[in-house]
Amino acid sequence: MAVSTRPPAHRPQSGPAASQRRGRPARHQDDGRAGYVFLSPWLLGLAAVTAIPMLLSLYLSFTNYDVLSSFSEADWVGLDNYRKMFTDDPAFWHAVRVTLVFALIGTPLKLGAALGVAMLLNRSFRGAGLFRGLFYLPSLLGGSVAVAMIWRSIFDRSGAFNAFLSWFGIEGKAWVNDPSTALGTLILLAVWQFGAPMVIFLAGLKQVPNELYEAAEVDGASSVRKFLSVTLPMLSPVIFFNLVLETIHGFQGFTSAFVLSGGTGGPVDSTLMYTLQLYLKGFANFEMGYASAMAWVFLITIGLVTVVLFRTGRFWVHYSDGDD
Amino acid sequence: MVAVTAARRPFNPRSLIRPAVLLVLTAIVLYPLVWMLGTSFKAPEEVLNNVSVLPDDPTPANYPDGWTHFDIGFGRFFLNSFMVATLTVVANCVSCLLAAYAFARLRFRLRGMWFAVMIGTLLLPSHVLIVPQFVMFKSFGWVGGPWPYLPLIVPHLLATDAFFVFLMVQFMRGIPRELDDAAKIDGCSAYSVFRHVILPLSRPALVSTAIFSFIWTWNDFFRQLVYLSDLEKYTAPVALTLFIDSTGQSAVGPMFAMSVLSLAPVFLFFVAFQRLLVEGINTTGLKG
Repeated sequence: MAVSTRPPAHRPQSGPAASQRRGRPARHQDDGRAGYVFLSPWLLGLAAVTAIPMLLSLYLSFTNYDVLSSFSEADWVGLDNYRKMFTDDPAFWHAVRVTLVFALIGTPLKLGAALGVAMLLNRSFRGAGLFRGLFYLPSLLGGSVAVAMIWRSIFDRSGAFNAFLSWFGIEGKAWVNDPSTALGTLILLAVWQFGAPMVIFLAGLKQVPNELYEAAEVDGASSVRKFLSVTLPMLSPVIFFNLVLETIHGFQGFTSAFVLSGGTGGPVDSTLMYTLQLYLKGFANFEMGYASAMAWVFLITIGLVTVVLFRTGRFWVHYSDGDD
Repeated sequence: MVAVTAARRPFNPRSLIRPAVLLVLTAIVLYPLVWMLGTSFKAPEEVLNNVSVLPDDPTPANYPDGWTHFDIGFGRFFLNSFMVATLTVVANCVSCLLAAYAFARLRFRLRGMWFAVMIGTLLLPSHVLIVPQFVMFKSFGWVGGPWPYLPLIVPHLLATDAFFVFLMVQFMRGIPRELDDAAKIDGCSAYSVFRHVILPLSRPALVSTAIFSFIWTWNDFFRQLVYLSDLEKYTAPVALTLFIDSTGQSAVGPMFAMSVLSLAPVFLFFVAFQRLLVEGINTTGLKG
């Protein structure tokens, strides 16, 4: 124990138990200052790069401000930005819808693929590590502009996807230029990056005790039954973790939508993700006040979604130590 | 003998399902990347007409063409990217390590509260802060200034990548506390414990941070798009999007050649550190 190795000068008078609560030896008092010295870059960052910009953003959201004029010239307009956003801006609601479709369809598909492949790989066989690595590769590359460029070409009219369809006698179309399918190609790109949640699922699957499967087998459970009654409940904390992470991640899709639509959110606004609309408002139209209001709505929405996920999680997430 | 026993085991066709499914999946997952590599070696007329993976008549011409496609060579864009990524790596490693040491090892007032705030910033999307940060950095004269990378680098100097602070805190919790205590008995201050105990032992966490930091910065597009407006100062991802605007299909081959090059550093990191990257995901939930 650490306590017993302290030098006599530091040994507390009233016994080890009391020293845990009060009368810290001198070296602990010293930590106070050192703690803040080591923390100072982070604290400065918190203030200058996070907290002050957030306050600034809150203020700007009540103003009309184009970044071209000086900051003091921002016009106070009260709740106008918010009112306009909710009642008088079809593009805003369109962006909300696109983002919801992207996140609500893309996230379950991605997690489903991740879990399915994790189950396939959760058996020791030669080359398992290689497959794990290869499936993880898209997660590493997927957010880049280069990969979005590939997607643009593969799902173009003369692209490789249509060549593949033609093997089956299906006539393709220009998937990225068709408003009804452009978002679908974005979702596919997100699902393609299932590697990161897959690796987390694999780690979770390794934690499931084998005895549970053996007991289920003794009871004559089928493999479907075993999956539903053993794997899913035991894995629920990991599923929950991935769900929260990937949902938040899904709301933030930007690069692929920007590249596939040439920075417009087109065709016909079909890929106008929320973050893309925010970018266009702020940095193409210079409506910084409006963009700030959008940012705050975004932040509050993500906060609410996280809270809702945590609330509903109580009903289906089981922790094996009984600490629900 | 082993071979004989194996041969005697009755052949079960179901044992082939798993490898077959995995091979098909691998083909699908790798297809876009292999296709890009193949297309980057196709001649201009083939780019349009041949959608198969392999070029009929491979030519490296797209690489020099892409490299010099714009007024400024791609070498410049790659150099800019390398500079931003390298400085970010250094800034993250130093600042996040300092913060992590405070959180993991030192006792001070309000530590719990600050730690909770740090975890809270993990979930804060960068899109929320981009507008006010832009306004602020512009008022400093940093945006469009002589060195427009300041807004891209300075935040990393201030440990704003909470992911890495968290990763290092988790790592330091695994370093035996007895080492700190022993050093303190020998008269070490919190500073020398950091310098002589924690710093040398944190190498693995620093390596993880450096690699992920590099890859994320290299791939980052949003912030670089917002802050870089001068062609000469563009990084590789921002420069790549110029191909979208450039007219005609003639640019497709060069575009893929440059895309291949822009993915190359990340791919090389992947090949070199595959195990480490995957373990990093698995233990901390870091995104790829």
